Amino acid sequence: MNPTVRKFDAVIVGAGGAGLRAAIQLSESGFKTAVITKVFPTRSHTVAAQGGVAASLGNSEEDNWHWHMYDTVKGSDWLGDQDAIEFMCKKANECVIELEHYGMPFDRLDNGRIYQRPFGGHMSNFGEKPVRRSCAAADRTGHAMLHAMYQRNVKANTQFFVEWMALDLVRDAEGEVLGVTAMDMETGEIVVFHAKATIFATGGAGRIYYSSTNAFINTGDGLGIAARAGIPLEDMEFWQFHPTGVAGAGVLITEGVRGEGGILRNAQGERFMERYAPNAKDLASRDVVSRAMTTEINEGRGCGPNKDFVLLDITHLDPATIMKRLPGIREIAIQFAGVDCIKEPIPVVPTCHYQMGGIPTNYNGQVVIPGKRSQNEIVPGFYAAGECACASVHGANRLGTNSLLDLLVFGKSAGETAVETLKLSPKAHKDLPQSEIDRALARVDRLNSQKDGANVHETRLAMQRTMQKHAGVFRFADLLKEGVEKILEVQKDVQRTEIKDKSKVFNTARIEALELDNLIEVAVSTMISAEARKESRGAHVRNDCPDTAECPDGRDDKNWLKHSLWYKEGNRLDYKSVKLTPLTVETIALKKRAY
Amino acid sequence: MDEARRVRIGRLRWHCRRALLELDIVFQRFWGEVGDDIDESTLDLMEGLLAEEDHDLWELVSGRRQSEDPAQQRLLARLQATPNLNTFATERH
Ligand SMILES: Cc1cc2nc3c(=O)[nH]c(=O)nc-3n(C[C@H](O)[C@H](O)[C@H](O)COP(=O)(O)OP(=O)(O)OC[C@H]3O[C@@H](n4cnc5c(N)ncnc54)[C@H](O)[C@@H]3O)c2cc1C
Repeated sequence: MNPTVRKFDAVIVGAGGAGLRAAIQLSESGFKTAVITKVFPTRSHTVAAQGGVAASLGNSEEDNWHWHMYDTVKGSDWLGDQDAIEFMCKKANECVIELEHYGMPFDRLDNGRIYQRPFGGHMSNFGEKPVRRSCAAADRTGHAMLHAMYQRNVKANTQFFVEWMALDLVRDAEGEVLGVTAMDMETGEIVVFHAKATIFATGGAGRIYYSSTNAFINTGDGLGIAARAGIPLEDMEFWQFHPTGVAGAGVLITEGVRGEGGILRNAQGERFMERYAPNAKDLASRDVVSRAMTTEINEGRGCGPNKDFVLLDITHLDPATIMKRLPGIREIAIQFAGVDCIKEPIPVVPTCHYQMGGIPTNYNGQVVIPGKRSQNEIVPGFYAAGECACASVHGANRLGTNSLLDLLVFGKSAGETAVETLKLSPKAHKDLPQSEIDRALARVDRLNSQKDGANVHETRLAMQRTMQKHAGVFRFADLLKEGVEKILEVQKDVQRTEIKDKSKVFNTARIEALELDNLIEVAVSTMISAEARKESRGAHVRNDCPDTAECPDGRDDKNWLKHSLWYKEGNRLDYKSVKLTPLTVETIALKKRAY
Repeated sequence: MDEARRVRIGRLRWHCRRALLELDIVFQRFWGEVGDDIDESTLDLMEGLLAEEDHDLWELVSGRRQSEDPAQQRLLARLQATPNLNTFATERH
């Protein structure tokens, strides 16, 4: 039976910061806009963001977009596209002020202007000294942002489809995107959302790793869907890790714990950071600490029966100090590690935090792929923004608070470009190709009829453990090679997952199985892209690419200053150049990334 | 199990997908323990609790704030006391 078709001018998948921002643009321009989301909009993962959003407002001290641009290019280890970075940093003030007008309750200075605080990597005068650039709303920045934008969308008559899961893209023979198929969780019904513009804003995929700070919802659906429709994924080897996530749970333990005197120890109780960073020890930078921890674990000095974590010890601190200076840490340790950190050390591991790669776009939010005429040909009808997209502004490493900015700027610009394109497009929708609808239905049918298949939970765990071990924060040539074979084995199991409960209505087992179909595409693309990139850059650090005169810190600009593109079909890799020419200013010239 | 109850449990399980990982984990272990045997009055309480915003919910679940409703507070105490299913930690103990 053919599914119901619903027609819209635009369909947006995702109601986090990026999706809501794009929707405002379309609905306020009078276009009939649908937003599909797995969870209620204000429960999207953007809620977790507390640190703030970057904008060079200069409210407390001198600042400008050019300095912000410099920091972002440097942070990206020169893999970010300089046109997109200039665009983002220039648009930041406008987007933050707009958000203020939508009703975002930013913290304020006495003079009524938005209060700004410093954040790692954000500097004044081209890297000279820290600058106050982050705008926040107490510790609920992401949450306040979503509320303000959701209300604005309600006013503009955006149509929300809450607790609907997008399944697959509808792309015709010419490659144009004509909408998505989606499942209503409440009824199990599959519907085609037929649209002239389709915008993906599905967020990150941090759940591919065993240890992740990301909520369970971050399953990379947009990436999996795009990959199945023949769209390559860009720079998937680049993932940002945080050194101290609670082992097994992933919940973040703030850097402040080491700041207060917390010590990292291996299975022998040794303070191993003394060997890796004799001066800074446990307070060395995030990537140095994370790599040292991984080396300890990989060399057999990890703790526990699987020797797969190290310990963060604060038992030597005065309990009163712990309670006063580190509020909330004891609760987290008790809840998620089962230890009282006043008496026992906390098991921790480097933990996946943010995905730099994604669906390739230009700074107008249009999805671009290599074609006959150029490396960046526009896929008609298809846009992406936010963590699922790769514009690429974060390159090999993201600066804190630049992600919320990315959502605002590229959510808006994807919306704007879609509006302009819609104004010029014919009144009628293009015909839907039946084969594409059948493709989505076939995936669900396969799952429903699978017998003697693989268990979803176990298969997901196998994927997560493989990613953690073989493509973690510090990468080893032999482990990566082995990792490619292993993850392709896991992929075979994903293709034959089975669910026992076949009911249609609110069947969470089915949803999780469908999510795993997406996660595995992200995992495979990460492993294959990482194995192939024979250099160290930003968050991708390999043991066989050491610091030499030609390749400082292992970065090989001669051979690897390029974006990876992974195609699902045949697990093929392609590469495209980094855009080193900004829009109006001079190129920020290559140099060693040192702070 | 009758269909209405099955749907209600399914919906509530999905509503436990939150924006904060902390909450996801707490609810995951709760369901791991109660499974589909959850009684109707607990379902009612869960429904009320899950209507909270994520940050408020974490304040309640972590014990930083007490609920004014004694019945809800009892559910919170139960959530806090649910045995730790963190594999690393249980393997250690
Ligand atoms: C703990 C933590 C703290 C952070 N703090 C900061 C910070 O202070 N500053 C900063 O700049 N960044 C921060 N980040 C990063 C930042 O929060 C994220 O990158 C950003 O919120 C992602 O927003 P998004 O709009 O792309 O996606 P999300 O907010 O994740 O939203 C994704 C949306 O897509 C929907 N969706 C997904 N798949 C489907 C599907 N198949 N069908 C239908 N809907 C779907 C979801 O329901 C959701 O509505 C933090 C991240 C973490 C984990």
